Amino acid sequence: MRMTAWLQATPFTLVFVLFLVLPLLLVATVSFWRATDYELIPAFTFQNYLDVFNGCSNTDELCVTLKTYLSTLKFCFLVWLITLVIGFAVAYFLAFHVRSVGAQTLLFILCTIPFWTSNVIRMISWVPLLGRNGVINQGLQGAGLIDTPIEWLLFSDFSVVLAFVHLYTMFMIVPIFNSMMRIDRALLEAARDNGATGWQTTWNVIVPLCRTGIIIGSIFVITIVMGDFVTIGVMGGQQIASVGKIIQVQTSYLQFPMAAANAVILLIVTLMMIWGLTKLVDIRKEL
Amino acid sequence: MQEGKRSASFYALAAVFGLFVIFLYGPMFTIFVLSFQGPEGGLTFPMRGASFHWFGRLWEGMGVVDIAAAFRRSVALGTVVMLFTVLLSLGAGLAFRKKFKGSGLLFYTSVASLIMPSIVVSLGIGLQFRLIDTALKSGLEALGLGGWLEGYGTAMGLYTSALGAHLTWTLPFGLLIMLAVFNRFNPAYEEAADDLGATPWQSFRHVVLPLIAPSLVGVGMFGFTLSWDEIARTSQAIGDVNTLPLELQGLTSTVTTPAIYALGTVTTVVSFAVMGGTLLLIRLLKRQPARA
Repeated sequence: MRMTAWLQATPFTLVFVLFLVLPLLLVATVSFWRATDYELIPAFTFQNYLDVFNGCSNTDELCVTLKTYLSTLKFCFLVWLITLVIGFAVAYFLAFHVRSVGAQTLLFILCTIPFWTSNVIRMISWVPLLGRNGVINQGLQGAGLIDTPIEWLLFSDFSVVLAFVHLYTMFMIVPIFNSMMRIDRALLEAARDNGATGWQTTWNVIVPLCRTGIIIGSIFVITIVMGDFVTIGVMGGQQIASVGKIIQVQTSYLQFPMAAANAVILLIVTLMMIWGLTKLVDIRKEL
Repeated sequence: MQEGKRSASFYALAAVFGLFVIFLYGPMFTIFVLSFQGPEGGLTFPMRGASFHWFGRLWEGMGVVDIAAAFRRSVALGTVVMLFTVLLSLGAGLAFRKKFKGSGLLFYTSVASLIMPSIVVSLGIGLQFRLIDTALKSGLEALGLGGWLEGYGTAMGLYTSALGAHLTWTLPFGLLIMLAVFNRFNPAYEEAADDLGATPWQSFRHVVLPLIAPSLVGVGMFGFTLSWDEIARTSQAIGDVNTLPLELQGLTSTVTTPAIYALGTVTTVVSFAVMGGTLLLIRLLKRQPARA
């Protein structure tokens, strides 16, 4: 009995050992190696980490690494906040206001369909809308509201946040909706019978009971934004720095130990954020 | 909330929902429309004529980039990823029904994979294969077999590093679906099969499998579509060739014709065809046990 279970789980386990655990151990190891232009040298050095934080002791001006992290964290916070508000509102509408199960399913699927389109396609789909000669600028100019096209609509912080929200709000909706559907409707009636207003019920009954969904959604959004280099690259016009992008650029120049050191730091920062969130909830219990 | 009359919050939230749906579909709809621009058309409105011109350009290939080859590679890799995802998730799902030592660790590892920044995984796999190449070369040369390496580039490739990278992304989803399926699975059917003298294989083949078949098709669809779109985990871990999303990402900064919208339309149609096919298959599978 136990043997069959192990045999059944073995191929699955092997994939994670070979393609997740081992590579991560390698990243940690190589982050202490040295490298020349064409080969990696297995020698122990802290230099890569020192280089990552080069100039960070200077108090007058922030170093590149800290600036990049601050910018990445700024995106993280903005995207998290916006997706949370929209995700909660949409999930609330679907879970509590749409009464028939059929309509609920239909509207839910309506939200999920765009999710199955390629992310890059969904990013570039903003270009005809936001560009210099895009629909929005043409419309505003046609209405006589502006004389020259608004430049910050595309390839800016704005378009990056917009694209993130467009791409990943689904990651908030699904877990929050899932939590909401498990709430016993009698609790809501009890709250109303006790004279709670809609806001009071939402804030004191629904939000605490959706905690798990909110946290799972938040973990997804935060890890995606922390490690992203594709969205920030395409929507930022390759002009905005992010931690993921630094790693990608360093790999393309074959600076593996530096990239590895950056990856280790990124991983630690991300894991600390997730750890903080999981302190609030036991994911496995909720399945 | 339960009374007959709609409250003000219903209308407010309905408006939010409506706007959200427009926000989701609006931009995509514009590129579908713009991909049918005439030959003179550009990246923005107004439409200059309507034609299939840019789809034709796509078909001929877009200059230096071999779109057709990338398309075939993505379909092939997606199919292999789909098969592996179904088989391995099923195995793990069955294993998790019995308590085995290390099941907790395995569960947390796969969840960790799901929330790991993709660039870190990608970098790790890239590094791993680079070191394998180095070790292989120096090892064979030490044995005086350097001649074997003529024409050898790298162990990285579609069905080695890229497949592994994709599986670290699709398998956690597969496992979560299987856990949800078996949580709701009634073991009484299997017990009945056992009582009637079925071997474990027979009860799996004739009882469990037909019941979970629709979910397995769902797992397969997840596997294919997640692989079909994957960029971040493939980026550092694929070697010399590119998949379609990677080519597409490269094209965003160089191509300035509606051909890229045409490509967007085509890949979206493929995603929807896979989804439609899957849903159809699930319906068929669900009908079968009722008839039997």
